[in-house]
Amino acid sequence: MPISPSEIKWVDERTLRPWDWLYLPALWDGLSTTVRHMFSRKVTIEFPEQRPSIPPHYKGVHRLNRDEQGRVRCVACYLCATACPAHCIDIVAAPSPWPDREKYPELFVIDELRCIYCGMCEEACPVDAIELTTLYDLTGFSREEMLFDKEKLLAVYDYTVAKGSDPIRTHRGVLGPASEIASQQPAPLPNT
Amino acid sequence: MDWLTIGLILFVITWLQTVCAYLIYLERKVAAWVQDRKGPNRVGPWGLLQPIADGLKFLLKEQVVPAHVHRSLYILAPSIAVITTMLAFAVVPFGPTDVSAPDRLRFIIAPNIDIGLLFIFAIGSLNVYSIILGGWASNNKYSLLGCLRSAAQIISYEIPLALSALGVVLLAGSLNLEQILHEQARAGLSGWLIWYQPLGGLLFFVSALAESNRLPFDLPEAEQELVGGYHTEYSGLKFALFFLGEYTHVITVSFLMAILYFGGWHFPAIAEYGSRYIGATAIKVLILWAKASLFILLIMLLRWTLPRFRFDQLMHLSWMGLVPLALANLVTVMLVRHWALRPWLLAPGSLLILLAALLWLGLLREKRYAT
Ligand code: SF4
Ligand code: SF4
Repeated sequence: MPISPSEIKWVDERTLRPWDWLYLPALWDGLSTTVRHMFSRKVTIEFPEQRPSIPPHYKGVHRLNRDEQGRVRCVACYLCATACPAHCIDIVAAPSPWPDREKYPELFVIDELRCIYCGMCEEACPVDAIELTTLYDLTGFSREEMLFDKEKLLAVYDYTVAKGSDPIRTHRGVLGPASEIASQQPAPLPNT
Repeated sequence: MDWLTIGLILFVITWLQTVCAYLIYLERKVAAWVQDRKGPNRVGPWGLLQPIADGLKFLLKEQVVPAHVHRSLYILAPSIAVITTMLAFAVVPFGPTDVSAPDRLRFIIAPNIDIGLLFIFAIGSLNVYSIILGGWASNNKYSLLGCLRSAAQIISYEIPLALSALGVVLLAGSLNLEQILHEQARAGLSGWLIWYQPLGGLLFFVSALAESNRLPFDLPEAEQELVGGYHTEYSGLKFALFFLGEYTHVITVSFLMAILYFGGWHFPAIAEYGSRYIGATAIKVLILWAKASLFILLIMLLRWTLPRFRFDQLMHLSWMGLVPLALANLVTVMLVRHWALRPWLLAPGSLLILLAALLWLGLLREKRYAT
């Protein structure tokens, strides 16, 4: 979209007046700004006690969404693993025990340390099964601990749904039997 | 050398170190406030124990000496930084002193040194060796660049520093800091030399800031250009010594500003020359320290106000700006002294010098635009 001329503000360099050549007025201006900021409201968020409010489009830890029957929504199509630029999604597909889909993931592991949190997996998924949440304080004691498997990713879903912080963001309508669960969205965004 | 002196030296060394540690804390706090942050607040209430934690960290850190350095000079450099700045403090009175009876309770290590100010300049200029040796011995090109800049900077700014202080010396008729303070206190509020030497005070402050390598004159350690400047290769306690040197320098400069230009411990009504009430000494000490603290605070605020000078601007400011102004200021004082004119003439004199400088700048600009 081109920028309309009304939005452009031209700033000309101010011509210096003679007393400006001594730097002293500028110095005074600068010092008053500095002092003003000394007493202005602080923006620090003292982290462990105070938590920042994270916008819902934040890309944090992944979750695997559940469908209305509480089953994992993923149909093991490998699209996310293919799209992932960091190659950190590991899926082992198995024939689905349920009649409405062919496959389901027997194993679904995301290496959260290798992930670059780009969100490509979320973009790629045809059934909105994988999403990035607003959980940002991801820590662990070992590398193994940071390999999130299916159960852990589903647990992240349960946790974020219970917390109410992450509505299901991507909803593209009818894409397959597993995606028709609009009734189960925790807190649908108004215009999705 | 008597026990009083030894005790005083020990006191001043410990006191300076504690104050330096807390100045670093204050510096971080001020930096945070200016940037709308809260600053260190985790160790102890309001983070007050932070300096102790920092000091412990410096002490316990591994003493790394890189393999490629000139060992003895590398270790010598930070020691020089501390020794010279601490030595300079020996002649600075940090409380009311009695010029006539120097051996009573006193607030100066070496009382009645007739070359006081000269001593400070002489010792202070030795400080450049710590930077040059540190930079050269580190065997690192960034350190070397930093120390070369520093050499040029400190030598250039020593001239306006001494020239501007000479005005005070001529007015007070003494190089003795106690004497200068004494004269001002006796004359009362109207005796503060800042009224007679506003330009001199400004020049002195600017050059002293440059001497102590504080922003906006921190070219020797410009992080963005030189990694860490002359102390790139230093860590742990040796780095802390450089820091200690810098902050002691800042303290000395602030005390000098308070003593030379702002009447030292004198304050109208509360601490007059003749004040003899109980606790008057304590009040005077507090007033002097409060004045010095204000200058320390100003120096810290300036750090977050002004961007760093470019090297040519730095040299230009000193040689084309400060040196001529300081010379003109000195000549005015000399004229006033020579013809025994009224000293208050010096204030309009300063203004006249500034106006002349403006005119000169204007002419320069005309010429630049004309060509
Ligand atoms: S966010 Fe990006 S890097 Fe991480 S798993 Fe998804 S596609 Fe891979
Ligand atoms: S793209 Fe979606 S459905 Fe396909 S494997 Fe990944 S999470 Fe499962």
